[in-house]
Formats: sequence, C-alpha cells, structure tokens
Amino acid sequence: MSNLPTNMKAVPDMKKLLTWTVLCIGGLAMIMPLIFMFITSLKVGEEVYTLSFWPDEPTLENYIYLFENSNFLIWFFNSFVVAIVTTISVLFFDSLVGYTLCKFEFKGKKLVFVAILSTLLIPTEMLVIPWYLMVKDFGWLDTYWGIMFPGMISGFGVFLMKQFFETVPDDYIHAARIDGLNEFQIWWKVAMPMVGPALSALAIFTFLGNWTAFLWPMIVSNDPELYTVPVGLASFSGEFNTDWELIMAGASVATIPTLIVFILLQKYIVRGVVMSGLKG
Amino acid sequence: MKKMLLILLLGLIPMTGGAVEIEYWQYKYDARVKAVDLLIKKFEKQNPEINVKHVKFPYAQYRTKVAAAMAAQHGPDVLQLYYGWVSDYHSAGLLQPLTDKYITAKEVDEQFYPIVQSMKYDGVYYALPTAVRTVGLFWNKKLFKKAGLTHPPKTLDELVEMSKKLTKRDKHGNLTQAGFAVDVAKQYHHWWREVLIRQMGGEPYTNNYQQVNYNNEAGAKALEFLTDFIKTHKVTEPGFMDEGQAAFKSGRAAMYIDGLFRIPTFKKARRLDWSVAELPSHNGIKSNVSSYWVNAVTQKAKGEKRDAAEKFIAFLSSEEAMQVWIDIVGELPARTAAAQKKENVEHELYGPFIQGLGYAHSTQFKSEASQRQVLLNAFDRVILQGMPVKEALTQLADEEQKILNK
Amino acid sequence: MNTNTIASQSINKKYFSVAQKKAMWAWLFLAIPIIFFIVVRFYPTIDSFYISLTKWNIVQDKEFIGLENYIRLFSDPVFWVVLSNTFEYLILGMPISLVLSFTIAYNLDKFKFGHTFIRACYFIPYLTTAVAMAWVWRWFYQSAPIGLFNNILIELGLEQMMFLRSTEQALPSVLAPAIWAGLGFQILIFMAGLRSVPASYLEAAKIDGAGRWQVLKEITLPHLWPTIVFLVVISTIGFLRIFDQVYNMTLDGQGGPINSSRPLVLHIYQSAFADFEMGFAAAQTVVLFAILSIITFIQFKLMRRK
Repeated sequence: MSNLPTNMKAVPDMKKLLTWTVLCIGGLAMIMPLIFMFITSLKVGEEVYTLSFWPDEPTLENYIYLFENSNFLIWFFNSFVVAIVTTISVLFFDSLVGYTLCKFEFKGKKLVFVAILSTLLIPTEMLVIPWYLMVKDFGWLDTYWGIMFPGMISGFGVFLMKQFFETVPDDYIHAARIDGLNEFQIWWKVAMPMVGPALSALAIFTFLGNWTAFLWPMIVSNDPELYTVPVGLASFSGEFNTDWELIMAGASVATIPTLIVFILLQKYIVRGVVMSGLKG
Repeated sequence: MKKMLLILLLGLIPMTGGAVEIEYWQYKYDARVKAVDLLIKKFEKQNPEINVKHVKFPYAQYRTKVAAAMAAQHGPDVLQLYYGWVSDYHSAGLLQPLTDKYITAKEVDEQFYPIVQSMKYDGVYYALPTAVRTVGLFWNKKLFKKAGLTHPPKTLDELVEMSKKLTKRDKHGNLTQAGFAVDVAKQYHHWWREVLIRQMGGEPYTNNYQQVNYNNEAGAKALEFLTDFIKTHKVTEPGFMDEGQAAFKSGRAAMYIDGLFRIPTFKKARRLDWSVAELPSHNGIKSNVSSYWVNAVTQKAKGEKRDAAEKFIAFLSSEEAMQVWIDIVGELPARTAAAQKKENVEHELYGPFIQGLGYAHSTQFKSEASQRQVLLNAFDRVILQGMPVKEALTQLADEEQKILNK
Repeated sequence: MNTNTIASQSINKKYFSVAQKKAMWAWLFLAIPIIFFIVVRFYPTIDSFYISLTKWNIVQDKEFIGLENYIRLFSDPVFWVVLSNTFEYLILGMPISLVLSFTIAYNLDKFKFGHTFIRACYFIPYLTTAVAMAWVWRWFYQSAPIGLFNNILIELGLEQMMFLRSTEQALPSVLAPAIWAGLGFQILIFMAGLRSVPASYLEAAKIDGAGRWQVLKEITLPHLWPTIVFLVVISTIGFLRIFDQVYNMTLDGQGGPINSSRPLVLHIYQSAFADFEMGFAAAQTVVLFAILSIITFIQFKLMRRK
C-alpha cells in the first residue's frame, strides 16, 4: 500500500475530484430548503401555497411590511446585546472550568464534572417557571440581565472545552510552570491559544443559541423594548393564522447576522500552528 | 399568606400624580392590536384621568406568559383570557368580580348572548367579552360555477353530493382539487362535537360537560359521516395541502369549514372568488359552535385602579366598542342588539355567522388541546388504520372521559 | 482580580504542598461557576423533583399528592409509546448523523478549493429558525403533484409515500430534518477536532510511509477520541430531547399520527403548557433525567480510554 508507483498518481486525483463533486452536490442539497424559504419570502400571500418555484410577481412587500410594522431594528439590537455578552462570558468561564476539570487533580473533581454535565439533562422548558419566579425575587424582570443570566455559563461549553483541552499535551503546561507562570497565566497564555478551533466553534454555537433563544426571553420580558428577534417574529403567528410569507421574510433577515458571525469566526477553525513548530 | 400580604401592600401604595394608569394585556395580532389601540384612545378621551398601557405577547405563548406572570404577581390590571381558562383563574382567586357600578349582571343577562352566562359565578360576573365567534361554510364561487352548481349546500346530504362533483384528480389519480377540505385539527373537531352529533340526534356531553355522551348511535353516525369524506367519498385526503385553509386559499378546495376569523385571510387572496354560508342542516336541526375571549380584572388592581379597570371593561363591552371590533377584527358583537343591526345581519360575510350565533353552543373544555388530540387520534385510527368506527369511538369516549375526570 | 492576588499570596506560603496549591487554584477557578450552577440549574432542578410530587397548574397553589403523578405516568399506555419513540429517535439519529458528519468533515478537511463555501452550505441549516424550516419540509413531504419528494419518487417510477401522514413513516420523516439541521454543528466540531490533531504527527506518519487508512486508524481517530466522546454524549442528549421538529412538523404539534412520532420532551411540553399540569410534567422530567443519566454514565464507561 505504502509503496504506490508514481504513475498511479492520476487515479487518486480522479477520486479526489469525485469526492469534491459529491461534497459539493451534498452542500447544495443542504441549502435547498433555505432557497425555498427565501423564494417564499418574495411571494404575495395567496401565491405562497402555489408551489411554483419562482413567484409570478416577485415582490419585496413582505420585507417592507416587516420593517414598517415592527421594531425589527430594536429586536436586532437586543438580540445582539444578549448574544454578544453571553458569548464572551461563556468563552471565558467555560474554557476556564473546562481547563480546570481537565488539567487539575483534586478531590471532588469528578463530582463537579458530573454535576455540571447533569445540567444538560433537564429541558429548558421545565426551568422557565422556576427561573421566572427567581428573577422576580431578584428584581431582574424586564432587564437585559434577566434575559441573559441563565446562559452566562453553559454546561455544554464546559464539556466541549474539557474535551479539547485533553488534546493539549501536559508537557507544555509543565514547561510553563517551570518558567514561573502562575496557573491563571498558564491557562490564558499557554493553553488557550492551543484550543482556538474549539473556542471559535463554541463562540459560534453560543452566539447562535442565544440569537435564536425564544421561550425564556419571551417569558421574562414584558417590555416590547426588550424583545429579541425570535420573540418579535413570533407575533406573526396568531390564534388561527400564520402569515408564512412574513415569517419567511423575517427568518431570511434573521439568518444574515448569524451567517456573518459564522463566516467571521469559522476561519479560526484552522490547524494550530504552535504544535507543529515545536514537535517534529 | 405571603401572597395576600403582598397584594395588600401593593394596594396600599398611593398613586403618584393625578392620572391612574392601568395595564391591559392581550395577545398580539395586528387587527386586535389596532382595534384595542383605537378603543383605548376613545376611552382615554372620555376619561382623561385614566391612562391605559397596552401590552401584548405572541399568541402561542400567551397562556404560559399569563400564567407565569400571575403566579409571580407581575401581571396586568386588566387581562384578556380565553373563555376556557376563566374557571381556573377564578378558583385560584386571581380575578375580582365586576361590581354593578358600570355594568350590572342583569344588563349582561338580558342584553348579551346567553353563552356569556358561563362567566357568572354565584350570581356575579367575573369577565365579559367584546366579541364572539362562530363557524361557517366557506365556498369557492368560481369552482362552483365551473361544476355547474349555483348555491352552497343547505343540508348535509347536499354537502356530500356537491363535494363529489367538486373533486378533481389528474391522470395519475392524484388529487388536484378537493371538493371539501377536512382539517380535524382546526374547526372540524368542534363541528363534530357540537354540530354533527346533535344533528344525528345526540347530545355530546351531559352533566355540564363533565360526562361524554356520544358513545352511541348518534356519535357513530357523526364520526362515520366525517371520516367518509376521505374513506368513501374520497373528496379529500388527510393533510391535503398541509392545511385546509391553505387548500381553500389557493383555490384547491371548493368548500371548507372554519371560523369567521378566517375572513381576513381569504380577503387578502386577491384572486379568490368566495363567499360564506351557514353550516348545512340535517333532519331540520341547525347547530353551531362558539368561542370567545373575555376581559377580567386581576387581583393586582386595587382602589382607584380597580375602579378604572372596571370602567375600562365596561367600555370594552359597550355597543360602541363592539362595532369597532367587528369592523376591524371581524368578530361578532357579544350584545344581541349590536349583532342584530341590519348592516351586520345583511352583511354577505358576517350574516351567516350571526345566524349561527342564534343556535350556537360553547363547549366547556377541561383541556381543549388534549380533548382535540384524542379526537384526532380516533379520526386517524379510522382513516389510517382502518379501525371500525364504533371501536374507535369507544376508545375515544374512554380517553376523553379520563381527561374530564382529571 | 482582587481575590486573585489574595489567593496567590496565600498559595505562596510555604506550608502548602504543590498538590494543595493546585487544588486551591482549581477551586478558585471553579468558585463563580459553581455558585452560578447551584442557583441557576441545581436549585430549579431540585424544585422540579419536588413539583413532581404535587398537583400544580401554576395559577393555583401546589397540592402535595405523593407519587400519584408517577403512578399515573407508568400506567399510561401513551407514555410507553412515547418512550419507545424517544429511543427510536436516538437509535436511528445518533449513528446516522455521526457517520454522515464525520465522513463529510473528514473529506472536506482535505480540500482547499471551495472549502469555505461548501462548509458554509452544510452549516447554514443550523443557523435558521426551526419554525420556518419545518414549514418548508412539510411541503416537501406533501403528496403529488404538490410535494417535492413524491414528485421525485414518481419520476423514478416508484410508489408515492405517505411520509408525515403514516404511522410508520412519520417518525423517520421528522427525524430527517432534525439530522439535516444538526449536521452542520457536528461537522464543525469534527472539523475543530481534526484540526487539533498535531500536523507534525500526520507528517511524521506520512514520512514513515503509512497509508490513508493507517493514518486514520492510528493517528487521527485516537486523537479525535475526546471529540468523538463529546459528540456521542451531546448528540445522545440531543436526540433524546428532540422537540422542535416534531412540534413544528406534525399536525397540531402533537407528534402524530396517533402518537407515532411523539417524543418525551413533547409529552412534557404538552403536559406543562397545553394542559398546565406542572406536577405531571415534572414527573416526566425526572424520568427523562434518570434515563439520560444512566445512558450518559454507560457511554462514559464504555468510551473510557484504554
């Protein structure tokens, strides 16, 4: 196997091309429903249900309606504040905790890990009412903080970071300790740069999760000035009617910021350069 | 105990400034928001000393939101509730009775449609509606004309005959036009309960909706009638066009039963030529089903606020408010006189629904969602699994009784 | 920062061993998160354990009824259907999605040309709201001449399928968009994992003349192990907690027809927010919690590194 003759080289290239084509077709199939969503957003009400691919009279009236009849800009701003603050907090705390649970030895470590992991097992739906009563006692109703606080640290991120810190060789940490760095500095300056891909993945997921969060922001804020995008969009569904063309337009617009965040952050999901230089 | 104290304390806090501000909650839907905004403007003009703050939430989570807020005493002074939720809120002591100051119980008894009387506990009203709703038969004029039919069906037999004539399939046998769209998740479950069973000679529930009473000949006939549109007459298919209203809206269903709240949806469809008729009768029996939203004063409103809240509710239940409501939202006045106005009765679209109001019933659900679901399951057992109607009905009666007994 | 200096001062005192110092650092790092988790997660969780012993509709006061909710739950035939559905989602969904996402990530990792674009294509479904997407999928599943899938089947000369309107096909039909939506998430994590494999190891293996499969088996997969553990556990939890797609795609959000696609979390949701039986919902949550704990525990045991 290892001693392939050089004249066989053309064959793997064909194979490579085939793989690429399959991946490409798969990717296009993946976005089919989204294309459909976008096209629907260009249709007028009664045309939504005629399944012609392209609308007879494409129109931007749904988008115009959306911006004229709703506080889309306020919702955007609120979603942004909530998503950004939570993401920063999660990146900091989750990687710190993940690192601690991975690289330190101490009594009770397993218990802490299991306890944090167990927070993933309860559906949010069941926590909403107790949270609400709690927030009310703390006086956080109708504040950004009230919307954000349950997501400031996530068990999911702790687990993710713990797993990724396992790929950081202990030698580096020992070396740093000998160099006289304290534990905080070791984590921040040595370990963190090595888990860049995981950090950017976590940032994407956290931003997204908070951007699309619905039930809790809806329950906790009475004030329309604090609505986030999903809460605002939900008002296009009534008791009996759902204006699908408006929901599609709203969903299309709401996808744009998340797409930007994804494109900005995904380029950090690259192979760490530090390691390849040091070991060889 | 703590709750009570808190409520008392809240009530004792003196008002700052001259004006009383009360908070009003309803669910968010364009037409309703528009109507309430207009009504608030009118009310504040008549009562300059009162300010009404209008807050609204998405429909799908409105009930959860209200329940959570009420439990945390963070709710409004005046609250819009679905009629089916009132008994829970009343027995939890979260609502205050309406005194006779602005509208008397006698006035409501005499001037409102009798269905509203279920809001009365021990002789006192706890909530009042602005509007009520019924269901009707939507029919597509263009498709009727094409099939050589001139008028909508007046009886159930006619409904079956016409729906057969109005059904179309392509050369592969695929359904392209449903004669009659059946959408059990929507109003059809009400139609079965309160209309079909009665028309087949039955009475769906006894003992004030505590006891199911349809596991008999009438119930079986009604369920058979409903399932036969798919099984025997083949005038539609389960889940055709995803929703019955979508099929009708896009001109792929000739007839469809739904509530009057569907009118704005179909009005928006510019190419659709349609109208509404009263539900078909059977054996000379007419029936309809009604549901409504009510406004109530919560425990939060004390002193001046309670007074202002009652005044506001009385205004929302005035004839003036009802006319605004039918004009903007398209729901029927809850006062007989307002509904029976000539312009409303003779209205092409509202007329049939107002007729229906005269003989409508309101189901007292224990849990509308669960009771609807067991019916949906029974329907699917007959349609998808070929279970005999009587067997499915027995199982349904059993399941629904369990829900009622909870 | 203040606490930091205080802690480091005390740590520097001579009478602490290295291990003790490290433990102190660890608890220092964990202090805020632990308080956070106790307040935000553990307290409400314990609260739901208590609620599961009561009858409570949120607006009225809680009434203690002992184990009645559990007795009712276990004697409810629908609960057992729901439980078996939940496991079916897991057993089908987890392996299919992991194999798919690994295959895509592993192959995509090798290409530079069009990489960003293709990766974005796979990820975008994860970015969009479930409500909007569920609606599109529902239309895809319609019967001919409306539905896309059935039209394709007819073009291929095959029989039409009932999809969402069949008791046998509804569950897989709901599962497909769930896998579709989550694929981007898994691919991204695999990608991050693949890229944490030190390039030097891969190069060294190549210089040693190892073949593709050998590199995959001996270098890549062992390095990827923590990632795989993570994804197995997380996607298990995800599929056992499936909700959005079922709620948005089935008629009336009920997980039909005849409960054939109804998962546990939907059952919990309906009990809590349609029937307002919080006690009954809490009892189901406790059961879900127990199931998830056991499965996660077994997975960790099985996947412990040899």
